[in-house]
Amino acid sequence: MRSVWALAAVAALSVLTAPTTTLAGEPKQGGILRMYHRDSPGNASIHEGATYSLNVPFMPVFNNLVIYKQDVAQNSMDTIVPELAESWAWAGDGKTLTFKLRQGVKWHDGKPFTSADVKCTFDMLMGKSQQKFRQNPRKTWYEQVNDVSTNGDLEVSFNLKRPQPSLLALLASGYTPVYPCHVSPGDMRTHPIGTGPFKFVEFKANESIKLVRNADYWRKGRPYLDGIEFTIIPNRSTAILAFVAGKFDMTFPTHITIPLLKDVKSQSPNAVCTVEPTNVSTNIIVNSSSSPFDNIDIRRAMAMSLDRKAFVSILFEGQADIGGTMLPPPQGLWGMPKDMLESIPGYGPDVNANREEARKLMQKAGYGPDKHLAVKVSTRNLAEYRDPAVILIDQLKSIYIDGELDVVETANWFPKIARKDYMLGLNLTGSAVDDPDQSFYENYSCGSERNYTNYCNKEIEKLFDAQSQETDLNKRKKLVWDIDRKLQEDVARPIIFHARAGTCWQPYVRGVTVMSNSSYNGYRYEDVWMDK
Amino acid sequence: MFAYLVRRLFLMLVTLFGISVVIFFLLRVVPGNIVDILFAAAGYVDPADKANLEKELGIDQPLVVQYWHWISGFLRGDFGYSYVSEKPALQEILPRIPITARLAGLALLFSASIGIPLGVISAVKQGTRLDYALRVVSLSGLSLPSFWLGLLILTASVAMFGQMPIFNPNPQTWLEAFATYAVPAAAVGFRSAALTMRITRSSMLEVLRQDYIRTARAKGASDAAVNYQHALKNAILPVITVIGIEAAFLIGGLIVTETVFNIPGVARFLVEAIRWRDYPIVQNLVMLIAVVVVSANFIVDMLYAVFDPRIRYTD
Repeated sequence: MRSVWALAAVAALSVLTAPTTTLAGEPKQGGILRMYHRDSPGNASIHEGATYSLNVPFMPVFNNLVIYKQDVAQNSMDTIVPELAESWAWAGDGKTLTFKLRQGVKWHDGKPFTSADVKCTFDMLMGKSQQKFRQNPRKTWYEQVNDVSTNGDLEVSFNLKRPQPSLLALLASGYTPVYPCHVSPGDMRTHPIGTGPFKFVEFKANESIKLVRNADYWRKGRPYLDGIEFTIIPNRSTAILAFVAGKFDMTFPTHITIPLLKDVKSQSPNAVCTVEPTNVSTNIIVNSSSSPFDNIDIRRAMAMSLDRKAFVSILFEGQADIGGTMLPPPQGLWGMPKDMLESIPGYGPDVNANREEARKLMQKAGYGPDKHLAVKVSTRNLAEYRDPAVILIDQLKSIYIDGELDVVETANWFPKIARKDYMLGLNLTGSAVDDPDQSFYENYSCGSERNYTNYCNKEIEKLFDAQSQETDLNKRKKLVWDIDRKLQEDVARPIIFHARAGTCWQPYVRGVTVMSNSSYNGYRYEDVWMDK
Repeated sequence: MFAYLVRRLFLMLVTLFGISVVIFFLLRVVPGNIVDILFAAAGYVDPADKANLEKELGIDQPLVVQYWHWISGFLRGDFGYSYVSEKPALQEILPRIPITARLAGLALLFSASIGIPLGVISAVKQGTRLDYALRVVSLSGLSLPSFWLGLLILTASVAMFGQMPIFNPNPQTWLEAFATYAVPAAAVGFRSAALTMRITRSSMLEVLRQDYIRTARAKGASDAAVNYQHALKNAILPVITVIGIEAAFLIGGLIVTETVFNIPGVARFLVEAIRWRDYPIVQNLVMLIAVVVVSANFIVDMLYAVFDPRIRYTD
């Protein structure tokens, strides 16, 4: 009997501690999900943007070939399920990935979906087609894809230059919808046509985005909702007050900061709220191509001066994660284990000892109590950039570095760092997919457009390729840890912390799952329903 | 009169030309353009993509050519396309104008209907507790930033009534429509009401000391007749001037109020367009405002001339 109770208790506990999934009864059809949106996205084309402001409202319009299971919070290879594909298979040499496509799927304008649409989409993403995207921020994701070939209307193959098992992870991201061949990229920016559970109705810039149920959706019985309406409210206070007043069923995902979450819970005690990592790291970019940061000792001293716990307790009341490039476990799949992390210079728990070491390095470089190093700390003029930059400046004082905050307007931020017009910068880096291929190549490979610091290490690039081709998960993980460790030791882009943020919804909203290791992949909303 | 009209008309055109040049070049002085913003949002800069996009939008051309394209289009009624939404600029601007006009009108109404009577009462009851209380109210109106007042109203509404007077695009009843605009109008009009009240009070105090007021009282006119028919009538001119000036300054307050109350009016839209460096929207919208203001001034000047012959003969 005792064991039965114990089992019941464990079951109850597991339900209670599964914070991201609502308790679901029998789903009901109908209702409009009302959500506020944090800003007005520039357009409606997911492929042409790099912000989840696009994914949240427009991911429900589309389907991918494969998708991360929408009711599982942690994205991994094991949670990838077919969507427009019915199945997939790797060829023996690991260089061909073939998808059998779903039959009878129609675009929202009634035209049939075929393998030609898949080819069109990926040819455009690889820059191989006549039609071009205005912007193509994820072109590098497909660098290992030689070409995409079709075999009839219902089969498509990705032919790779070398094995890349994680291609499937990239294809499962919310950033990888299949576009229709017969609609131009320009039209997709203003009136997207998809095969997804919801049809696009209208997008009024700075006002609202409306979606309506796709009655011909290939997945029978889905979606449950009749539609989704996003009201664009850039003012966070107004938006949260409106949620508290019951004007909205759900907040914009991961939009509530930890301090604000307490306010929401106190004013709206019935609201269901969850806090998850966003897989966005706050990091330091160092211009190592010019003095004084061309000196590795100064770069190392700077990295060793960081008191990461102070950042986390000031900005997140303790609810953020310390790690390397990859999101730390348990939510992150590839982050270094704690003991390995703490063995990296600057990550040890004794901050004073770290700073003592850092001061010695600074003295070796010719700086000390009587000769401080003056630097400009550049950052983007947004609160989530400015606030940690101020703390960073304060911490750098402990190692004879006098920082001056250089706030840069958003429009000038990337042009400025692209032309290396900075000494030290505080930056945020989001990872759409919790996979090393996405993070390493994009941010650390020689010549990558997003490698803002121009860090280039041919030896480590070989390791990037080695981990990318490795099919044994455990072997790959060890390689990834070694790479991450090396990146931190090289002060390639010192990671300060990985942020967490909150999402809330009214108790009658069911079937919501907030992803715990990505902010870009969990917005199909076909399983969401209203219990009222 | 004809010469006067031609002269004023010429001045008006010169002014509008000057404004168009200032708008156009000031926008280009602001660092970054739409392409920079788009790439900033995407987190990367690809020089080839950037150049293609600049060419597509025509912002790679010399400034003089860009200016000519814009101003000749404006004169033809062709406002171009928004860089962001890729819709015709006029189609984006026009639906938002009535929203802001209603809000501004209600704010001015609030300002006059609250500010003038309270100003009169404050002046008539000078030195009493009521006067002190009203002066405190007016001082707080001048001191409270409208964004803070707006947030305070929203927070109080949620805390006290569990409701929030946020913009409703499809009001079902007249009352709902009124509520949609009344609260934000009160928030933005409170400052103007306070200013109107202070000007009314000081102007009334000056008039109330005049001999003809004493004469009116000596003749046995009632307090109401003295205060409102004799005194206010003569004290109102500076108040009207101030309300007129306030109307022009209202746009600043409306930007904040439209943001806090999430009203999709033209003021917030203008700020968003500036943020995106959406030149076709910003240039045309500001130019439209300039045309309205300059034309209104022109009409007033003509009316002055009609009613006061000295102007048309001496100017």
